[in-house]
Amino acid sequence: MLKVKVNDIDIEVEEGLTVLQACELAGAEIPRFCYHEKLSIAGNCRMCLVEIEKSRKPVASCAMPVTEGMNIKTNTKLVEKARKGVMEFLLANHPLDCPVCDQGGECDLQDQSMFYGIDKSRFKENKRFVPEKYMGPLIKTQMTRCIHCTRCVRFATEVAGVPEIGAIGRGEDMQITTYLEKAMESELSANVIDLCPVGALTSKPYVFEARPWELKKTETIDVMDAVGSNIRVDTYGWEVKRILPKINEDINEEWISDKTRFACDGLKYQRLDVPYVKKENNFYKISWTEALKILKNKINSTNPEKIAGLTGDLTNMETLFACKELFQKVLKSKDLESREKNTYINLNSRKNYLFNSEIKGIEKSDLILLIGTNPRYEATMLNARIRKSFLKNNTEIFSLGDLGDLTYPYKVLSNSTEEVKKIIENNSDISKRIKNAKYPLVIFGESALTLNSSKYMFEGFKKFLNENNKINEEWNSLNIIHSNASTVGSFDLDIVSKTNDTLEKIDNNFFELIFLIGRDNFSFTKKNEFIVYIGSHGDKGAEMADLILPGAAFTEQDGYFTNLEGKLQMAFKASYPPGEAKEDWVIINEIFKLVHNDILFKDKNELVSAMHNYLSFSRKNELSNLFKEEYISEKIFTLPIDYYHSNVIARSSKTMNECRNIRTKLKKTGTEG
Amino acid sequence: MSLKKVSKEQPDKFEFSDENLDLAKKVVLNYPTGKKKSAVMALLYLAQKQNNNWIPLAAMKYIAKYLEISYINVYEVATFYSMYNLAPVGKYFIQICTTTPCMIRGAYKLVDVCKKNISEKENELSGNKNCSWTEVECLGACISAPMAQINDDYYEDLNTKQFESIVKDILKDKKPKAGSYRGRVNSEPEKNRQTLLETKNA
Repeated sequence: MLKVKVNDIDIEVEEGLTVLQACELAGAEIPRFCYHEKLSIAGNCRMCLVEIEKSRKPVASCAMPVTEGMNIKTNTKLVEKARKGVMEFLLANHPLDCPVCDQGGECDLQDQSMFYGIDKSRFKENKRFVPEKYMGPLIKTQMTRCIHCTRCVRFATEVAGVPEIGAIGRGEDMQITTYLEKAMESELSANVIDLCPVGALTSKPYVFEARPWELKKTETIDVMDAVGSNIRVDTYGWEVKRILPKINEDINEEWISDKTRFACDGLKYQRLDVPYVKKENNFYKISWTEALKILKNKINSTNPEKIAGLTGDLTNMETLFACKELFQKVLKSKDLESREKNTYINLNSRKNYLFNSEIKGIEKSDLILLIGTNPRYEATMLNARIRKSFLKNNTEIFSLGDLGDLTYPYKVLSNSTEEVKKIIENNSDISKRIKNAKYPLVIFGESALTLNSSKYMFEGFKKFLNENNKINEEWNSLNIIHSNASTVGSFDLDIVSKTNDTLEKIDNNFFELIFLIGRDNFSFTKKNEFIVYIGSHGDKGAEMADLILPGAAFTEQDGYFTNLEGKLQMAFKASYPPGEAKEDWVIINEIFKLVHNDILFKDKNELVSAMHNYLSFSRKNELSNLFKEEYISEKIFTLPIDYYHSNVIARSSKTMNECRNIRTKLKKTGTEG
Repeated sequence: MSLKKVSKEQPDKFEFSDENLDLAKKVVLNYPTGKKKSAVMALLYLAQKQNNNWIPLAAMKYIAKYLEISYINVYEVATFYSMYNLAPVGKYFIQICTTTPCMIRGAYKLVDVCKKNISEKENELSGNKNCSWTEVECLGACISAPMAQINDDYYEDLNTKQFESIVKDILKDKKPKAGSYRGRVNSEPEKNRQTLLETKNA
């Protein structure tokens, strides 16, 4: 600990901190533009100048390490003058277009010039002009406003791992640009919008939409992938205008993926706002009463054995639980399934389907083995953590099969189950490395768990890691990356078909009545089934349905989701369902009432407490016994994910469509090499 | 100094010649292992020399791959330094110093010669495409002002007539003699030494 003085207050700080951090600990606020906690130190904006005793000149506090006995002053005349001077230079070439700038109201330069600037400009010359730069469909640039803090450059190189942004030219002619003005090839690219302290990089889809003070802000979570990033949803009336990251050091730090941020315009399009019924291949609007009447007749005339339900990738746990109750108590059907394929899953213990090492834990890992997963597309934020770990610990990363660019280097092993066999039978170099590693991570993807020998691989690895004491109280090396937000919640609620044949029976057109509860990812062809779709968007599920009951999206209802680490988080209601659409659990409740003449849950609170009761109650599920544990020599393919089109909201989003078009074109012309 | 515009016409391919590849290997060895990206400036210079005094984008990509760094890193360096040319400047690249000492001694007359014989504007190729000219800041040869640099050589103590004949030779792809055009050796005084006569080796 070092003893320093900040504005005559004595404090003790840890060694290795900068003067700026010490001042913050002492409660002295330091203005800054280029400094950012999560990025490397650049020290080029000079806004953080402070006075240090025995130093003749003011010192850039962000780049100066604290030393014993320093006497730091932040409130002297000298500091004030220095800040004014720096601010005047920054503003010399900054346009005075705040009224038409999208950053207005949340602009660091605007705020700080109010506090630390001077009221007049002495700069009489022409201001410099910089042409706009193309940075892809997400980032709008107005480079004349740029103050060259290089936060975006550092973010792209360090966090995103795609060094494509840089500063070209020098002096007054310095310009920030992507290499040859190409779109940034990263799933984290839009974070530079938040990082930009001025209005140089702003959000293209959100351009001129609203001012920050007009928006209602709701802190909630994201459902685009299973990571459960913390976000803030900004709404104007019904419409979700934009989505911003909320800091959660355990999950997403301060970043979110582009899909999380920009799929929100999908909440506006393709929405189902009234019930529909299909007659002679055409959909007709009907009222809720009529729709429920049709459904009641159908349920009553169908044999319970012939009723099945599929739950979706964005469905919250309340709805899942209500569905479970509906199927058990009223429909008397056992065929309720949440999985999209017959993936191997061992529900005997929660540890068998979670990302046990936790996202935070990735940071201390020293070896990572990827089996049938591409974290860059399946869990973007988690991939950013792996990159962070690689930069910090120089973590060794192995993958079975080549996955393309993951933003960090990794060694490719053969993508066959033989390789797995060798490792778990202790016959491979990798087995030795895993044993020697202190915090190894073995990460299974859903692609690996759909194979015939998935049980052999998963249970084999579990045994191998157990034997080598890599699964214990402190550290659990066995991990699964799920790609859907609802998956872990569904497993917690035990929503898998007990006989493991529901999906097969659906493919064989065994059922007569199928409920699709927000389910749009499936691959069966319809024959004579009557399909009821409960969900928010007109997509694959609604297209095939005979009866559509309009539901709510994740921003329009309160709902729990469990992320891939098993953290229970709540998505809060930021908006309301459009038209006659209702919250999903209400619809399920009404179906229950309709058939049973009794209500399932009095209100949401009763539902939530019943669900928590169910969750705390430990269960045993023998599903895994239905899988054969056998070794088959086969190839492990990581199934490609249509990243920008992975769920209904993203598919309805114009922005995501544009990103997808650009990305596929990039791949076709091969300009990336 | 203005931002140097990257040429619109770019060759598709660039590779070091065998000779330059050997040189590049030697340059990289000058730096500790794992720090070979430090060689980027030297390699850009080699590429510029090999490619008629300018660096095409293909060369930047080639160097980035050679040093295992990203394209933008090379691009940043190439745009930062004014002695890297990012557009064709011809086989003979004339830089006329117009900083004060040269200006007083008539540098703008040399500029006029260039305008008349090579091209109306700076950084524009001559009719036969083997030559271009530009004004530059001090080249450090004030004692023999006015002067011009053509590729690696200094042409000093020029007057309009001499410079015009130099330019004409160049346009005919002939390389004139470098050095002082008033017969001086290096920067010696013109009519022998005038000072420090007592000192032998001054």
